[in-house]
Amino acid sequence: MKTKNNIDKKLKIQSRTENLSVIREFIQSAAEEVGMKPGVTEDVMLAVDEACTNIMKHAYKSYPDGEILLKLKYSDHKLTIIIVDYGNSFHPENVPDPDLQKYYRQHRVGGLGMYLMKTLMDEVSYNSVPGKYNEVYLTKYLNNSH
Amino acid sequence: MAEFSTSIKDKGNVSIIYLNGYLDAHTAPQLETNFSELIDRDKYNIVVNFTDLHYISSAGLGVFMAYIEKIRENEGDIKLSSMSDKVYNIFDLLGFPLLYEIFKSEDEAISKFKETGNVENKK
Repeated sequence: MKTKNNIDKKLKIQSRTENLSVIREFIQSAAEEVGMKPGVTEDVMLAVDEACTNIMKHAYKSYPDGEILLKLKYSDHKLTIIIVDYGNSFHPENVPDPDLQKYYRQHRVGGLGMYLMKTLMDEVSYNSVPGKYNEVYLTKYLNNSH
Repeated sequence: MAEFSTSIKDKGNVSIIYLNGYLDAHTAPQLETNFSELIDRDKYNIVVNFTDLHYISSAGLGVFMAYIEKIRENEGDIKLSSMSDKVYNIFDLLGFPLLYEIFKSEDEAISKFKETGNVENKK
């Protein structure tokens, strides 16, 4: 299959966890179109899953009918996924890196998803307009090694 | 499409949970139910076999954290086996090998329970 140099796609979906598989398939199909290697595609799918899971749990507090909009753009060997929600605003600076020993004692985990996003993507940034919308920007550069 | 399923088999006093498919925030509650049911039956020697697990997100990893202390308090353990490199890499990125023993094969994981005497003690 001939790979594409530019793509611009959108997916609008409700904030329910059963849609995580739809979100991953959306990313996988776009990644194949631009010729991304499978290992890199899996990293991007996981990062987007984590971002959307956080939105479902925290921005929409498990309310299933919130709107999540994914905008995916690829050009100049750069893949950017912008994930927009209209739920509670988010303050990434308040989320510390994970501490497994602490989680062991508390029987819970938190911040693992954000840590994975930072580790698996080349750039992660957040833009929140309280009461209006929140955006997460995830970027991956595709060079020859990818 | 069945995106995630589990099955449980008892081998001696060790219970094996077999994972299949995609473990994410949607499917994690199913695995929570498996652990709860084993704990209700006083089954604390648990091996989780990852051979057929294709995908895991942090919601799936969180399930292991939720039950491990309770299981170790009862002199049991959760041991993990047969992960693909891809799934292992996610565990490794988050530092889980410090908290959980991960084995190449299910048999190795089971025999570790025998070495530590957990199987005999529970008989």
